[in-house]
Amino acid sequence: MEAGTPELVKLEDLRVPGQLSGRKHILSILVENKPGVLARIAGLFSRRGFNIDTLAVGPTDDPSISRITLTLDGAVHPIDQVTKQLHKLVNVLKIRDMEPDETVAREMAMFKVSAAVENRAEIIQFAEIFRAKIIDVARRSMTIEVTGSAEKIEAFERMIRPHGLVEMVRTGEIAIARGND
Amino acid sequence: MESLKAEGVNHIFGIPGGANLPTYDALVDTDFHHIQVRHEQGGGHAAEGYAKASGRVGVAFATSGPGATNLVTAIADAMMDSVPTVFVTGQVRTELIGTDGFQEADILGATLPFVKHSLQVADPRQIPEYVHEAFHIASTGRPGPVLIDVPQDLSRADIDYAPRTDPVELGGYKPSVEGNIKQVRIAAKALANAKRPVFYTGGGVVNANASEELRELADCDPFPVTSTLMGLGAFPASHERWLGMLGMHGTRTANYAMDEADLIVAIGARFDDRITGKIAEFAPHAKFIHIDVDPAEISKNVAAHIPIVGDAKRVLPQLIREYRALQTDSSRLDAWWKQIHAWQKDYPLSYEPGKDGEIKPQLMIEAMHRATQGDAIITSDVGQHQMWAAQYYGFDKPRHWINSGGLGTMGFGLPAAIGAKVACPDETVVCLAGDGSLAMTCQELATCVTEEIPVKIFLMNNGYMGMVRQWQELFWDRRYSSVEMGPSPDWVKLAEAFGATGMRCEDAADVEETMVKALETDGPVLLDVRVSKEENCFPMIPAGAAARDMVG
Repeated sequence: MEAGTPELVKLEDLRVPGQLSGRKHILSILVENKPGVLARIAGLFSRRGFNIDTLAVGPTDDPSISRITLTLDGAVHPIDQVTKQLHKLVNVLKIRDMEPDETVAREMAMFKVSAAVENRAEIIQFAEIFRAKIIDVARRSMTIEVTGSAEKIEAFERMIRPHGLVEMVRTGEIAIARGND
Repeated sequence: MESLKAEGVNHIFGIPGGANLPTYDALVDTDFHHIQVRHEQGGGHAAEGYAKASGRVGVAFATSGPGATNLVTAIADAMMDSVPTVFVTGQVRTELIGTDGFQEADILGATLPFVKHSLQVADPRQIPEYVHEAFHIASTGRPGPVLIDVPQDLSRADIDYAPRTDPVELGGYKPSVEGNIKQVRIAAKALANAKRPVFYTGGGVVNANASEELRELADCDPFPVTSTLMGLGAFPASHERWLGMLGMHGTRTANYAMDEADLIVAIGARFDDRITGKIAEFAPHAKFIHIDVDPAEISKNVAAHIPIVGDAKRVLPQLIREYRALQTDSSRLDAWWKQIHAWQKDYPLSYEPGKDGEIKPQLMIEAMHRATQGDAIITSDVGQHQMWAAQYYGFDKPRHWINSGGLGTMGFGLPAAIGAKVACPDETVVCLAGDGSLAMTCQELATCVTEEIPVKIFLMNNGYMGMVRQWQELFWDRRYSSVEMGPSPDWVKLAEAFGATGMRCEDAADVEETMVKALETDGPVLLDVRVSKEENCFPMIPAGAAARDMVG
């Protein structure tokens, strides 16, 4: 390219980036801790037809700011559009679309399993394999706490389900960026 | 009140009630001009008309409960059309919130989907800060409505007011106005290479007051310009390179040009379904430069090849500079203009002239243009008359065409005209009304008379909700269902009952003359023009069809 005669852009070379990433996304959103913020976010998702897979809300080290961690399916939703819409909410301070390779994500779940005496040993063995904790034992059931990635929790669920799953409670994932040193 | 004054507010539209009694009591001691409307929806639309005509923030007050819910339509309308407005609602006393108290409605909750932002006062000392925040948010970036809900007990508290000196800083709200220069350069270079470019402009150009910049850019080389309904007037309709409006009731030339364009430069427009029709077949040969102050509009409906986030007022001069720095050859557009001129010759806007004095609606618009010398602020309701005005009036100036585009609110025209006239008292303000629409807000005639606001209402009366009738005729086998307006009311008598002047016109030969007479008559006038009953608005892209499949 010579000075004074800049090359023009050929229209046929122009491309648009793909809208759908095809993978799960974890959005970590810092919001002002003010009344109605969660309603604004939930309302935005429902009226734009975005489907939240999991949602976790909690405080941060700054009491005026809360963190909302939500996961959604990038095969169905254009994540870029989702984050741009979220940014329009005045109470939303910062959004981070967590990079899978640079993120540690964890979820906690509690499983209440029907556990007759003859099954207990096997259930305890599963729990050990998954580094889960038995947090309650009753005559006919046991409650097990599992922490890990969503995939690990789902794998544990598959193992334990044949024993009779009474109830399951999951928190939804939270995530933090890996240290970059 | 002090904070409102500090924001430069002169006019407020509204109605008092129980929960905002303290606010109205405080009004007595101020020199605000409060316009007492007859229905809160009217106050809301008047605030919108005020904002659209002047570019200043429009303000409306309402009380709690039904007063607030009556505002909802206007708030939603202001959101869809990006109108800078601040709505202040009364709320029941703090201790009654959540108890289903008398005239309690969760207006904050109800309006969450269509406010730019909303605030509920929890401490009277927040009031000044919230007012300044509200005006800042409403008027910057992509403008929009902000609601402040004030519980009755907090609005009567006495607080110290210190004038604000520092600008509003909000962590979560920092609109970008300047375009990314690298992107602007790519855009200029792509534009310089385009052989079939079209500028597709929208209400964002009007909001940004960027009409002159648009014209300058379009003159860099002979670029054709079309616009959405909301953008009319930003580029003069009398300009030789104006293609007419595009979209569902746009000109064939504009729509065919979009259909065959190789590069579309969208400026402050949002690729609404009324523009794109069937989105899969929209502008199939085109690459898109999309300039918008709202990043979320870019690639929302149509993916942009060159996105530029910024205010048109800032980005267009950047683009002009970069484009002029290139050596461009305007003869590359010759073949394109030959094609466009051929379309213009083959498909002009046209209609069958009426027989025996029948007033064709299109003729009424042409007469309105002559009677007002094309120079009035025209507000409009929603329906056929709105589309005919968009097609036939020929707007040459921005902020002279005020209508409800996104939400399509029937009844918008009269209250919006009140707001426009209050904002621009020296301009002629005409409300082009439909008989279906005017029935929805005609009580505001009382406001016109009582507050001495001399708007002229030109009623296009065809005895139908005409656009719905047209759809029933074309797409529902002419099975007319609840679209006929019947003989009521007698509009002339109704105007007179309100204390306005009523006039009627039933002969094509008299239309222009009667309009001139109405414009010369002092005070508010309602002119009932009896037009053809079953005229259809053409051309038209049927809903969900592609531009090249226009009918009529």
